Amino acid sequence: MKHARIVITGVGLTAPNGNSLPEFRKNLLNGVAGIERMEVRYMGSQLAGVCHYDALKYQKKKEIRVGTRAGSISIYCAREALQDSGVNFEGMAKDRVGIYIGCTEHGNVETENEIYNISKFNYDTKFWSHYHNPRTVANNPAGETSLNLGITGPAYTIGAACAAGNMGLIHATQMLRLGEVDFALCGGVSESIHTFGIFAGFKSQNALATHDDPHKASRPFDKARNGIVISEGGCLYTLERLDDAVARGAKIYGEIAGYHVNSDASDYVLPNPVRQAECVRASITRAGLSASDIHIVNTHATATLLGDIQECEAIRAVFGEGCPDTYINNTKSYIGHCMGAAGALELAGNLPSFDDFTVHPSINVDDLDPLCAIPGLVLNQPRRVANVDTILNNSFGMLGINSALIVKRFHP
Amino acid sequence: MTKEECKKIVLDIIADIAPDEDLSNVKPEVRLRDQLQLDSMDFLDIVMELRKRHSIEVPEADYQQLASLDSCAEYLTPKFLALAAKG
Repeated sequence: MKHARIVITGVGLTAPNGNSLPEFRKNLLNGVAGIERMEVRYMGSQLAGVCHYDALKYQKKKEIRVGTRAGSISIYCAREALQDSGVNFEGMAKDRVGIYIGCTEHGNVETENEIYNISKFNYDTKFWSHYHNPRTVANNPAGETSLNLGITGPAYTIGAACAAGNMGLIHATQMLRLGEVDFALCGGVSESIHTFGIFAGFKSQNALATHDDPHKASRPFDKARNGIVISEGGCLYTLERLDDAVARGAKIYGEIAGYHVNSDASDYVLPNPVRQAECVRASITRAGLSASDIHIVNTHATATLLGDIQECEAIRAVFGEGCPDTYINNTKSYIGHCMGAAGALELAGNLPSFDDFTVHPSINVDDLDPLCAIPGLVLNQPRRVANVDTILNNSFGMLGINSALIVKRFHP
Repeated sequence: MTKEECKKIVLDIIADIAPDEDLSNVKPEVRLRDQLQLDSMDFLDIVMELRKRHSIEVPEADYQQLASLDSCAEYLTPKFLALAAKG
């Protein structure tokens, strides 16, 4: 079956180390991380990736008060992406625009806040907010974006744990190919740093990073890595069918070449390198490529002791020694784990490689774990390479969801 | 508690729930919804804040009493006074 070609025409993002793609990319090439200490309810000072975008750029104060952080991040990213795409948004048929936003979770922040609120009133539920339900419905971030922009097409979220950012792009690609919409805003967001539960949960799993220097705390592949730095963030893309993008003379960042999604079906939290390798292989096959055609593999590695090793095992199984032009990097070493936004942000950080032929490194690797020493790793310093035609973005999540998405250089 | 003080309490609440609004020229006799961008959820906010900050209960049947600053003062001032009398 011949599918319509789908291209990326705009990027809007907020990451702990940048509020636009140029700023984000500059910091990735200059080794600038964005981790800081923040107070977390019941847990005190914790390491986290915090975004510092200007929420009032696109929202009124009341919208921010009534809505959620995930909704606000989504609105910022959506409006930035629209602006970047150069599309005549005012002239668009708003019922033909889809919003597909990946989330690891949604509603924990707002629920915790309300329980804390009523704790000050002897847990009397008459003090529970009437905003609780619209804030916690799973489609909230997409719904707030539709409200803010007046988009009347389908707007919903995709729950896919930490594979969600990739899933937003994959789902939008599918919907564009099905003709359900003509224009998509898609990617992933996360507000998870505002819930103590995620910090406490990872701590109970012995998977929460600690380090005296916040910027060195997220250190995938390093022998001294000791867990995840939890971050917030968002990244939304504008996706269009190629014909539409060309017709309006759009700038094209890249083309969706292939993807695959599968499930481990083996454990609640432990990754499964065999299934990960199957997922990556299938995405390459579906893109009509061979492993040696992939120039950048952006890893999911979160800096847990086992997870990094298992992903490296999967990458070794797919790429082995026979892919001299394949380079491997990691973006979480700068921004921590942005959860539902991770896949989308990490892909964005690599897209400029199509133009500058430079692979951003994985930083904070002072002592490479031999079990993570796979060929092609780009560590600590950017690497200028001969060519970048393809980027493969890994994003995996709890309950064993795996996703691999390949974007290729656009050739008419 | 005077009616003017009561209006000030309501205005302070509105300032928090509708932070984009200019409250410097709110006409006390005009319906709040006719001069400010307030929706039904905002009025539930006013009810909630009266409950939280001042232990004042406004039953649903009486929500219409919160239509304007004047009607708020008429309705709420006796409640504040009764509460104060209870100590």
